[in-house]
Amino acid sequence: MGILEVKGINKRFGGLQALGDVNLSVAENTVHAIIGPNGAGKSTLLNVLVGKLIPDSGSVMFDGQSVLGRQPYEINQMGISRVFQTPEIFADLTVFENVMIPCFAKRDGAFRLHAWENTRHETGIAEQAEAILEDVNMLDKRHMTASSLSRGDKRRLEMAMCLVQEPRLLLLDEPTAGMARADTNNTIDLLKEINEKRSITMAIIEHDMHVVFSLAERITVLAQGTPLVEETPENIKGHPKVREAYLGEAQV
Amino acid sequence: MLGMNAKDTMLFVVVTLMVLLAPILLNPFPTDSAFSQFNAGYPALMQRFVIFGILVIGFNILFGLTGYLSFGHAAFLGVGSFAAVWMFKLLSYNIVPAIALSIIVAGLFSVVIGYVALRRSGIYFSILTLAFAQMMYAIAYSDLVGKMFNTIVTNGETGLQVYLDDPQILYSEGDPKLPHLFGWEMNDSFTWDVGGWSFVFQNGYYLAGICMLIAFYISIRIFRSPFGLMLRSIKSNQQRLNYVGVSTRPYMLTAFVISGMYAGLAGGLMSAMDPLTGAERMFWTASGEIVIMAILGGVGTLVGPILGAGAIKYMENIVSTINDNVVRGWFEFMPDGLADFMVTIIHPFIGKGWHLTLGLVFMGVVIFLPGGLVELGQRIGGLFRRKKSSDTPSGATKPAE
Repeated sequence: MGILEVKGINKRFGGLQALGDVNLSVAENTVHAIIGPNGAGKSTLLNVLVGKLIPDSGSVMFDGQSVLGRQPYEINQMGISRVFQTPEIFADLTVFENVMIPCFAKRDGAFRLHAWENTRHETGIAEQAEAILEDVNMLDKRHMTASSLSRGDKRRLEMAMCLVQEPRLLLLDEPTAGMARADTNNTIDLLKEINEKRSITMAIIEHDMHVVFSLAERITVLAQGTPLVEETPENIKGHPKVREAYLGEAQV
Repeated sequence: MLGMNAKDTMLFVVVTLMVLLAPILLNPFPTDSAFSQFNAGYPALMQRFVIFGILVIGFNILFGLTGYLSFGHAAFLGVGSFAAVWMFKLLSYNIVPAIALSIIVAGLFSVVIGYVALRRSGIYFSILTLAFAQMMYAIAYSDLVGKMFNTIVTNGETGLQVYLDDPQILYSEGDPKLPHLFGWEMNDSFTWDVGGWSFVFQNGYYLAGICMLIAFYISIRIFRSPFGLMLRSIKSNQQRLNYVGVSTRPYMLTAFVISGMYAGLAGGLMSAMDPLTGAERMFWTASGEIVIMAILGGVGTLVGPILGAGAIKYMENIVSTINDNVVRGWFEFMPDGLADFMVTIIHPFIGKGWHLTLGLVFMGVVIFLPGGLVELGQRIGGLFRRKKSSDTPSGATKPAE
């Protein structure tokens, strides 16, 4: 039994079957990659997992609780964090404030009227924020405005914002999209380190096979909204069905 | 001090001193001098400075922190004014129950309006608040509620005021017949004549000023609190905030209600200064004026709202009183023809044309100083600092914080 169990998900957009009978099981403390050609339904699946889309049928269970019909903030409070395709950060705020916000959200829940305390004097919050910035090597940039960071640093900051909450499941939507090779490798190292040090379960949606094969322990291949195979990386590489989905039948 | 850091304490002390010494600071010209009409240190105008200061400080908690532009804030001001006058009519001229009720009633109205309007963001939120405010204006102006129950609630076009036959159940012999704080009359003042100057210290102004200082202090605390940080992050990226586990709606609604209560307090104080109110306080131009004050002063800054409110009320009351004869006085030294020419040029910008001056100033600020008057102050401060640091032999420059 995995920490995340997806069963029989269907989603139609008008005449298009975006997801057809998707089953997926992510085991605890593994890195699970979901790959597939353009339009395979990867992002739709992710949006279902975080509560942005409601599927037509099927169930999504996280640690025995249903995720469907919950607001994104409720799903986060259950222990699922999400990294977006383009880094979503608080661009007008400083790096330090960016990581403090998820700390407060973790401690205080979805809402608390703490209008009389001073942000700087909150016990534990600043220490947590500093520790996570140290972990992603951004402590020296703590007073910078987030919008002035490089793209790679924005990605690191977003990861730090997710990690500081110590989620049980981290969802990553193409974490290396549009990155240079060096940045991609840095991100891979960072993710590996996170997985080893903090034993956080990760589900990664990724185009870049280099990233997938350096990180994933299990791989699910989606094509036209349905899962083709779920296998270990070694078995995926030469799998005839995967070749077919990516390259087309004529190439076999 | 009081839970504020050194910089904020400094700012608070400066603002406190300015409020306390305003009757002197705003009266720099002797009473008989030609410039005396530029003096702003008379009670009626100073009251407006601090009351509108409260209003815009509250508005800034909503607009400055969360970025949600409410275009109907004057409605809460109006509701507060009416609530206060009703307290004068029913209980007594004591301002304590009046102001308390005006804050509570404005808070209740803002819960309802905020709950509905906050279902949308951006321009739709602004339009919803505007629509609510205009509906409330229409209801107050024709006293629909009063007509429904065959009585008076807002008294329509005439406006609401206190009459001799009103119940005033808490009135006791010897109480003043005008708004007072346990016998301390709002209209009482003390005049200090020194040299050619005459400084007026009025009770009402000081009461409103102290209310503004409290309001300002609360706003500093909110700005520096985790709650304020959440509000700023709503402005920055609401989606991300949702995905880190924060429900944004209750935060928004709280901010909306707080700023509505600030407006209620301002409305209550207006009635306490002059126990007479009408629906025109809720008209949309009044809401627009609040937005202009906030932007002129500096959106999202602590002291900007006070500066913006002061600047606009000063222009409204001072520039509008300058007439052609005054301008002619300035150009006396010129030959007749040239003086006439100058008067003709300046004429559209003064007196009733003060809106034209305001429009030009506003355009200039928005284009060249997006941070408002606060940014102007920072730039001037920056110039001095640079000058000073280049004078020092080491030439070490400190980064401006």
